[in-house]
Formats: sequence, C-alpha cells, structure tokens
Amino acid sequence: MKSSNGHSRGRGEGPESSVEKYEGRDPAPAAAGADGRADYDDPWYDALGSGWGELDGTGAPAPGVPHTRREQEGTGRVADVYLEVQRSAAFQEVRRRYRRFVVPGFAVFFTWYVGYVVAAQTAPGLMGRPVAGSVNVAMLAGLGQFLTTFLLTGAYARHARLRRDRAALDLRWDTQELTRGFRGGER
Amino acid sequence: MTGHHQALALVLFSVFVAITLAITTWVSRRRHGSAEEFYAGGRLFSPMENGFAIAGDYMSAASFLGVTGLIALFGYDGMLYVVGFLVAWLVVLFFVAELVRNCGRFTLADVIAARMRARPVRIAAGMSSVTVSVLYLVAQMVGAGSLVALLFGGTSTAARAWTVIAVGALMVIYVSLGGMRATTWIQIVKSVLLLGGTIALTALVLVRFHGNLDTLLHTAAERSGHGEAFLAPGLKYGGNWTARTDFISLGLALVLGTAGLPHILSRFYTVPTARAARRSVVWSVGLIGGFYLMTIVLGFGAAAVVGPNAVRESNAAGNTAVPLLALKLGGGANSTGGTVLFAVVAAIAFATILAVVAGITLASSAAVAHDLYASLRRRCGPRSERRRQSAPRSEVAVARAAAVGIGGLAIALGLLARDLNVAFLVGLAFAVSASANLPVLMYALFWRSFTTRGAVWAVYGGLVPALALVVLSPVVSGSPESLFPSVDFQYFPLQNPGIVSIPLGFLAGWLGTVTSVEPADEAKHAETEVRSLTGAGAV
Repeated sequence: MKSSNGHSRGRGEGPESSVEKYEGRDPAPAAAGADGRADYDDPWYDALGSGWGELDGTGAPAPGVPHTRREQEGTGRVADVYLEVQRSAAFQEVRRRYRRFVVPGFAVFFTWYVGYVVAAQTAPGLMGRPVAGSVNVAMLAGLGQFLTTFLLTGAYARHARLRRDRAALDLRWDTQELTRGFRGGER
Repeated sequence: MTGHHQALALVLFSVFVAITLAITTWVSRRRHGSAEEFYAGGRLFSPMENGFAIAGDYMSAASFLGVTGLIALFGYDGMLYVVGFLVAWLVVLFFVAELVRNCGRFTLADVIAARMRARPVRIAAGMSSVTVSVLYLVAQMVGAGSLVALLFGGTSTAARAWTVIAVGALMVIYVSLGGMRATTWIQIVKSVLLLGGTIALTALVLVRFHGNLDTLLHTAAERSGHGEAFLAPGLKYGGNWTARTDFISLGLALVLGTAGLPHILSRFYTVPTARAARRSVVWSVGLIGGFYLMTIVLGFGAAAVVGPNAVRESNAAGNTAVPLLALKLGGGANSTGGTVLFAVVAAIAFATILAVVAGITLASSAAVAHDLYASLRRRCGPRSERRRQSAPRSEVAVARAAAVGIGGLAIALGLLARDLNVAFLVGLAFAVSASANLPVLMYALFWRSFTTRGAVWAVYGGLVPALALVVLSPVVSGSPESLFPSVDFQYFPLQNPGIVSIPLGFLAGWLGTVTSVEPADEAKHAETEVRSLTGAGAV
C-alpha cells in the first residue's frame, strides 16, 4: 500500500490490515509489506509511476462516485455499496469504455481468425496464390495474424492505461473506503 | 546419435536439474506455509517476471518439437497451429487476465463461486480444472517419454518408463517443496533458456541463407518434393470434409481453450494488481509471438537444411526436426559444433517439459485442495467460507499431498498412454478447457442473470460431451490408429470435439440459468462487476 500513503484518500491504513484476511475480499497488499521482503522490487512502484503521475491530465477522468458520505449513517450493508457503485455514473463510464473496446476488438480478431482458418480449409487455391517470390497469400495471412495480435495487444494496453486505469483506481479507493466502515463495524 | 551427444546432453540436463533444485531449496527455506505463498508465490512477482513465467508455462515441448516438426513435414499446415496458439492470447488479455486477477484468489472456481452458492460450483469447476490439467499433464509425460526414446536411441520400454517416473518425481519435489515461488522461478529460467536456444538456432538458419527468407522458403519447398504446395495449406488437413471440419474444430479449441487453462489462470494471481496482470500478458504475448515466429523459421529451416525425408526417417511424427537441424547447423554428426548444439537442444527440450509439468501440477493441486477438498470436507452452509480462512495451513498441507497424488496419477497415465499422439492430447486438453471452463467463466463475469444451476450446468454441459465425444471418436476405436483398434464404437467422426462441445457448454449454461428456480443475486452480480473492473477489494 505504499503508493496510497501519499494519496489523499489513502488514510486509515490500520483498519485495513486488521481486516485483511476477512472473507478474502479485503485488500491484502498489507500482506505484501508484512512479508518482510524489502530487497524485492516494490510492486506498487508501477502503479505509482505510470499510473498516477503519468495519467494526470491525460484522458478524461471520470467523475467521482457521488454518493459520498451517505453510508456513514449506517443505512446499508456492504452489498448495497457495490450496488450503488455499480449504478454510479463513474462506474458505468469505466464499464462503457471497457466494453466499447473489447466487444468490437473481439469481433474483429475472432472473425479474422475464424475466416483465416476456414479459408485455409476451404479455399486452398486462393491461399496458394503467389504474391512475390515464394511468398503467397497464405503466408501473408498467417503473418498478418501475428501482426494484428501484436497491434491489438498494444492497442488494448494503451487504451486501458490511458482511458480506464485512473478512473478504475479512483473507484477502487472509493469503494474500499465505503466498505471498510461496514467491515470494521461488523467485527 | 553417438555417445557424445548423450553424455553432453545428460550433463547439461543435470545442470538444469541441479539449478532448479537449488532454487527450490532456497525458496522453501524461507517459506511461511501460507496459502498465499504456496498458490500465488506471495503475489510479489513483477509483470516482466510473470510474463516470462507465463511464456514458460505456455511454450511446451509440443510447440518446440511438435510444431516445428509439423512445419518441416507438411509446410504451411504446421503454421496454422502456431497462429491459433498466439491469437488465443487476445481472448486472455481482453476478457480474463485483469478481471480474474481482480475477482479471484487462487483458482478459477474462486471467480465463479464469489456470486454463486459456493459448494456445487466449486466442486464442478474443481473437477473440470483437474480434468484439463491431467490431460495436459499426460501429454507432457508422454512427450518426455518419447523424447528420451528419440534422442537417446534406446526405444526400450524400460528407459521410457524410468524417464516418465523421473520427470514425475522431480515435478512433485518442485511443487510440494517450493510451491508457486519455486515453480515461477523455474519457469523463468526455462523460458530464458528456450528463447536463447531458439534465437541462436534461428540466427544460424538465417546466416546459412544469408538472411534471405525467400531463398529459405524456396529451398524448403523444393526439397519437400511438393513444390509450391508446401507453402500453402492442405498437405496435412486437406482431403475430405471430415478432416477439414476436424481442423476447424481444433482451431476453435486452440483459440478459446487457452483462456480456461487452470495453470495459465493461476499465473495471474502471482502479481500484485490487475494492472500488473495486464502488463504480464503484454510481455508474454511479445515473448510467445516472437518464439512462434522463430519456430516457423526453424520448421522451414529444417525442411530446407535437413529435408523432410531425413526428418521422417528419424521420427514419423517429425518430433526430431529441431534436434536434427541443430546437428546439421553445427557442422554435422561428427563435428564438435554439431554435438554441442544437439546436446543443448535436447537439454532445453527436457527443461521445457519439466517446467511445464511443474506448473500444471501446481494448478491442479490448488484445484484439488482449494476447491474440491475444501468443499467436500464441510457440509454446512455458506458461512463455512470463514472457517476455511481459519485453516489455510491445513489446506496447504492437503495441496502438497495432492501434488504427490497427481504426480503419481500422471506417471501412471503417462505410462499407460505412451503410444498416444502428444499433439492430439494437447488439443484435447484445450478442447475440454474451452468447453467446460470458458463458458462458465464468461457467464460469471458478464451475465447479470447467471445462476448457480447455470454455472453447474455450464461446466458439466461442456465437460461431459467433450469427454464422451472423444470416447466415441476414431481416436479411441474403429480405425487402425485408434487406442483400441479391435473394437468399433465410433459414432463421432471428428478427433477434436471442440466444434460441438464448446457451443454445448454455452448452451447448457444458458439453459440451466433460464430453468433455474432461484433468481440471480443482483447484489452479488454488482459486486463481481464492480470488483472485476475496478479491483476494489482485490486480494
């Protein structure tokens, strides 16, 4: 949890570790720290370096969860927190961005791959047509599959880094802040 | 193959075994015995380390020896395999890596059980995970046995049996003593060795053809005796429509199966965040893609330098293409260079099998201990989730014992199935994974109304047809090459069941959900969705 120490919302680290093993759904990174492996590369450096710093100002950060302090009145359970976060505009924006990338992306590469396999089995004449020297359509299509895989991997990683990570991390801390109260209270 | 090859290969392989055992000892010295450490290596690996380990888990001997052999013998048709193996990673990257990291703790069942009644779902998902793992494991054991027979001349049953037993014993030691941390480091070492060896061989092939790929392809086509047809699809999978449909079925299984392989899923839990899981997949796509591009060069290189006839003479399935290529590139059978290169390739192939086997054993022991044992042990209600938390140490003890048991099972099956085709077994593992694991995972992550009954039906509705269709296929009976050639209960024409059983898995999940009496838990779905996309509450 080192990165969140410097973060405005990262208060109250104590309760977090005390409920860490609770039901297996609380943040356990404290266990990482407790591991005593100081010689090891800090895995949170990554989120700090290219997540927070770099993303400030890039992309359009989604608005925060609007239902800030209502829960402190003790009106709901943990489940309600998740329902409420799910209905929040911020979460729906993250989900929309995710789906609007992966659904068309999947449609493109899956059609392209199935088309390639089917064409290889049904249209050997077309696939065997020479293009240049010993290189034919089939060879180009196969290398094209490699190329599109690399390109889509890069595009996905870039899209997630610039368009989703910041908003998702905000939501993560918000949600954990909200659920922490209940978890502590239940004990 | 002369005595020099064998001696040098044995020395190199012993060095690898010594290094990996040293890693295991070093790691287990500092262990605390927690479940977090045994299953997930403490979740402290960096994306680069995990990327190398994923690549190590995925680049099996089947692709290093098998696929290059297929390319050397059948030209382009071997390339179709490679493309499927790589494109599959887009499914993993888009739908699985981050979401599974955010929702689960150690296994596939964790993700599904989070929004369902845990017990039936855990038992179902645990069963299918173990089935997939054992199939994959047997494929690797059979591969190890035949590799020894091929590389060290001796085709005696005893030598093969002892190899299988030795591989099994080593993997049990790695896994039960070192857990995930040792397994991961072994994968990383193996990955570096395999990539290094492949890069060296590819460079030698390219130097031999003066960097001209066109000449390489042209020479390969000419020596194959098929001419231009060698560079186009159809040599292996052409012919009647059954064979073509069979390949399309295999293609579907390859591209959809990777996302359900338990030993790949468990790798995402070894990094601290979903972001790190994503970055490790990006690393592994780069490494695996580069590796497969080089295997294409090596396959055509073997066809051009060694010639398909020489390859076929050594091994009908083409599994020795790369070792033969190394021998020839090094300067021939009696030269020092040839001997050294051959021994290096043989040792790398062993290291590959050993590492892959350790990864799968760990994943299946996690499925046995964390899903099956923990669910079957207690018969009380959902509250027992907490009790399981209280006894993670005993669960780890069960997992260590399970690793021994699975090792024993894999040795036994590997000895029984030693005449089965390795590539077929791997294709079958992918088909079962795509039919039984992928539908339930996709529904659980993305379908609001998915219910417990739907989840259980999705698993069994994919698992049972996939296995039943294999039993009824020409692989088991009804043709001269089958397991039981003397009897005939073959009712299904295809070798790979994927094209039928994958849709059946999805259909069964849908059917189970719409006929379900209990409605889906809206709040649990909200929790899964929020957690999967934001990482809130992730372990």
